[in-house]
Amino acid sequence: MVRFARAYVQLPTGVVGALILVGVAALALSAPLFIHPSDLSVSKASGPLLHPPLDGYPLGTDQPGRSVLDLVIWGARPSLTIGLIATALTVLVGSSIGLMAGHYEGFVSRSLMHVTDWFIALPSLPLAICLAAVLGQGAVSITIAIAITSWTGTARLVRAQALAVEARPFIERAKALGASDRQIMLRHVLPNVAPLILVSSTLTIASAILSATTLTFLGLGDPTDVSWGTMLNQAFGQGAVTGGAWWYLLPPGLAILVVVLGFTMVGRAVEQILNPKMENRR
Amino acid sequence: MTEPAPHPDAPLLEVEDLSVTYRAGDREVHAVRGVSFSLEPGEMLGLAGESGSGKTTVALSLLRLLSKNARVAGEVRFRGEDLLTADWRRMRAVRWAEASVVFQGAMSALNPVRSIGEQIREAILLHESVGEEAARRRTAELLDSVGVPASRAGNYPHELSGGQRQRVMIAMALACRPQLIIADEPTTALDVIVQAQILRLLADLVRDHDISLVMISHDLAVLGETCERLAVMYAGRMVESGPARQLIQDPRHPYTNALSSAFPVLGDPASRMAPAGLPGDPPDLSTLRPGCSFAPRCPQVMEACTEREVALWPAGDERLSACLRVLPDYPDQHQEQHLAARVGARSGS
Repeated sequence: MVRFARAYVQLPTGVVGALILVGVAALALSAPLFIHPSDLSVSKASGPLLHPPLDGYPLGTDQPGRSVLDLVIWGARPSLTIGLIATALTVLVGSSIGLMAGHYEGFVSRSLMHVTDWFIALPSLPLAICLAAVLGQGAVSITIAIAITSWTGTARLVRAQALAVEARPFIERAKALGASDRQIMLRHVLPNVAPLILVSSTLTIASAILSATTLTFLGLGDPTDVSWGTMLNQAFGQGAVTGGAWWYLLPPGLAILVVVLGFTMVGRAVEQILNPKMENRR
Repeated sequence: MTEPAPHPDAPLLEVEDLSVTYRAGDREVHAVRGVSFSLEPGEMLGLAGESGSGKTTVALSLLRLLSKNARVAGEVRFRGEDLLTADWRRMRAVRWAEASVVFQGAMSALNPVRSIGEQIREAILLHESVGEEAARRRTAELLDSVGVPASRAGNYPHELSGGQRQRVMIAMALACRPQLIIADEPTTALDVIVQAQILRLLADLVRDHDISLVMISHDLAVLGETCERLAVMYAGRMVESGPARQLIQDPRHPYTNALSSAFPVLGDPASRMAPAGLPGDPPDLSTLRPGCSFAPRCPQVMEACTEREVALWPAGDERLSACLRVLPDYPDQHQEQHLAARVGARSGS
């Protein structure tokens, strides 16, 4: 762990990525301290309507007169939450299916991989739209939709690595020890595939945040929520593009870019440290 | 759990007519054919043979550790209980608690991402209802007893030397106080000095705890140092068995002879110069030919060797050999050669 931290600090991309994420997380967590719910209410907004940046509103205002800066900061909360929860689900489902497919031979492994292939073949965006339509609008259905469409990558990755680990003699030793299937999977295979899962999950968070934004932009989120996706959706719906209201469109877009960049940088840095094949390239 | 009461005077382990066939595609490989042996409590048996002779397959089949494409026939009775038909729950309980394994290649048989202490504790915690603290203490004792400082329990396998890793494997095998240890090439890939240390350690521990040992090696000398009784395997069959000293000094099967002369005698330059080794390769085990499997490579082959089925025949006190030459119907060329060699050696010196 100490060795990992020491190697990580030496990677500039990793440090910058981590700083970005820490900054964003701090802003998102402390947002309720300086943004009052009434600042975000459409009916109680007090600013000028759809106005470029001015005193007191450094990023201008939106159609109902809310501060775009407040909206962007507040919007980090649902975006990060959905991204993290969807990734947690993805990792949980993907790793367990991958581990089982790698451990059990024959029928179980084959059927699990067939199910995975089937999910890969499904086009993810239409599936997510259908799911959100069936489950109803809102953050919960978006989270589930993202998890369902993205666990397949993790499952395949984990299975491939688990197969390699399963073939190693210490697994045979564990069997001779009288260890059960569950113990072998959790105590011997999982610790060996964990670095891979860590890398893949940091990259999954980035894509989950993008997907969450996409789905809310398409109008599948809760319209009363303030998130980067809904902001873009409303800006688009209220003619910000044709009206040249750059201050309304640009901040949420850049915020998404920065957060996704942060996670990608961290993910790449972790990968560089944990992947022995990439070690020489540093 | 229903544990059958062990017979007081029955052998600890009885293997009868054990056969293992691997299915590989549409080919069948007869890796082990009709092997029988028994082991008394506290006895040490050495199983010798070259790579592919089926010795590891025999060892792994005792605890049903073979891969799924292996078909096992025959009987393996451990304390009177047939392990080949026991249910999985029982099998898991027998594994390690009653019979454990020292695997070849300690580096790969240890999980690289978990500390050695953790891995020894795992064995204890799996089979004994003791607390974490008690397991920790026992791990320290075990490490101490195999000559690894207990303070190294937190180390990872790559932080230990090859000999230490093999010591850890032995500590792990002793963890649940088993009655039988199966050591599969425990000293391969170690240098001779460490090899001797490990062998002595293993033999001492086994003797002190009155554990039975099945040791597998290609090196007759290694087995002869540790074991009282040896069995030699060739092409899936047992070809000779008997007391270790006699078997090495006076082999009754040409294959044993070849195997023992494949290793030079230390301090004897003549043995180094003597032509050793065998021409040819071991037979393809997917096609079975009648007669002795060793016949194509045997320096003393007779016509009858490819016609008559061989079996283990008595060849002296407590000795068995699967060579036609031990039968009274055939001339025992080997005995004559052996005598001639002795006479020659005496007159030469």
